[in-house]
Amino acid sequence: MAGEASEEGGLVFHPLDQFIVKPLFGDGAISFYTLTNVTLWLAIAVLAAALVFVWGTSGRKIVPGRLQSVAESIYGFVYKMVEDVCGKDGIKYFPYIMTLFLFILFANYLALLPMSYSPTSMIAITAVLGFGVFIVVTVLGFVLNGPSFLGMFWMKDAPAVLRPIIAVIEVISYFVRPVSHSIRLAGNVMAGHAVIKVFAGFAALTLVSPVAILGITAIYGLEVLVAGIQAYVFTILTCVYLKDALHPHH
Amino acid sequence: MATDTHEATAGACVDGGGSAIGMPQLCADWIPNQIFWLVIALVALFYILSRVALPRIASVLAERSGTITNDLGAAEELKERATEAEAAYDKALADARAQANEIVAKAKADIQAELDVELSKADAEIAAKTAESEKAIGEIRDNALQSVADVAKDTAGEIVTALGGTVDQDAINAAVSARVGGGS
Repeated sequence: MAGEASEEGGLVFHPLDQFIVKPLFGDGAISFYTLTNVTLWLAIAVLAAALVFVWGTSGRKIVPGRLQSVAESIYGFVYKMVEDVCGKDGIKYFPYIMTLFLFILFANYLALLPMSYSPTSMIAITAVLGFGVFIVVTVLGFVLNGPSFLGMFWMKDAPAVLRPIIAVIEVISYFVRPVSHSIRLAGNVMAGHAVIKVFAGFAALTLVSPVAILGITAIYGLEVLVAGIQAYVFTILTCVYLKDALHPHH
Repeated sequence: MATDTHEATAGACVDGGGSAIGMPQLCADWIPNQIFWLVIALVALFYILSRVALPRIASVLAERSGTITNDLGAAEELKERATEAEAAYDKALADARAQANEIVAKAKADIQAELDVELSKADAEIAAKTAESEKAIGEIRDNALQSVADVAKDTAGEIVTALGGTVDQDAINAAVSARVGGGS
């Protein structure tokens, strides 16, 4: 494969190589505590979020500056989302949802820097987020509502004949939630980055390079949208799932 | 050989050329590492947000809405005070005007009274002066008439003497008195 590609004039596609996990120091095997490029970019995401939200608001100004305005807008945006979707009693989970949103938002946008690594494209990471939300919400549902949480699957408004069928469908869709929740985020980010790499591979051919560069630009623009939208989608779905746990009889 | 450097990292997920075999996302060797660091990152971010950032932003927002409410209240109060001040100013202006009119009227009356007194005094003085003058004029006239009679008598006597007559003083006096008295 590699030999053929080099004979054809260096047109080599490795769109998935950007997702390889590498140790930062040395070449050893990767155990769970090894400092890797994933570690580095997770740390950068956390530091960037801390920069905006801690350093940016350190002035505590009544009339905010730029960075404080950004922090306050994001705060207000997520706060309103939690309040609108989950209701007043969902507010106490706001810090957790804010953490999720900021983590995904900063990881997504930092991944758009050239040479960066995109942790949110890794299914292992989004699965931890997605299944984490699923487990927390399910446990919370049983703790808050007891066995009546199961009433969520039993549609009292439906005709009696259909109720068992709907219950089966509801249960299946409930257990599919974490899968779709995590694959949606990882899939969107990974696909975008891989497509940009494919266009970049074509840019090596003089004849098509203008089209390839135009393609990179267009997909990059799309990815800027996707980075924000996927963070929003993940967060609002988390709110919706949380609402089911808080008020299962709706 | 270039491939030698990659020999160490090559495993189930990376080939000898350093490229991914299949999807790196599904490489089981790398998953524990990602999960471990993700959990640490999330816990760190959660502590930073919930301990520092979110309470701070909440307090800033609360303080701001409090300040805005206070400022609006203060503005309302100031507006009320301004209206009051305007009313007070109008009242003071009206009072001052009324007082000024009063003072002007009083001054006019005073001046009029003084003027009347002075006028009557002047009238009296003028009347006195007129009477005195009339008396003086009468005296002067009487003296003048006497003088004319005397001069006429003397002259008549002289003329009679000059004509060679004898002077009869009594006749001359009678004649002159008759003429002057008739003439006057």
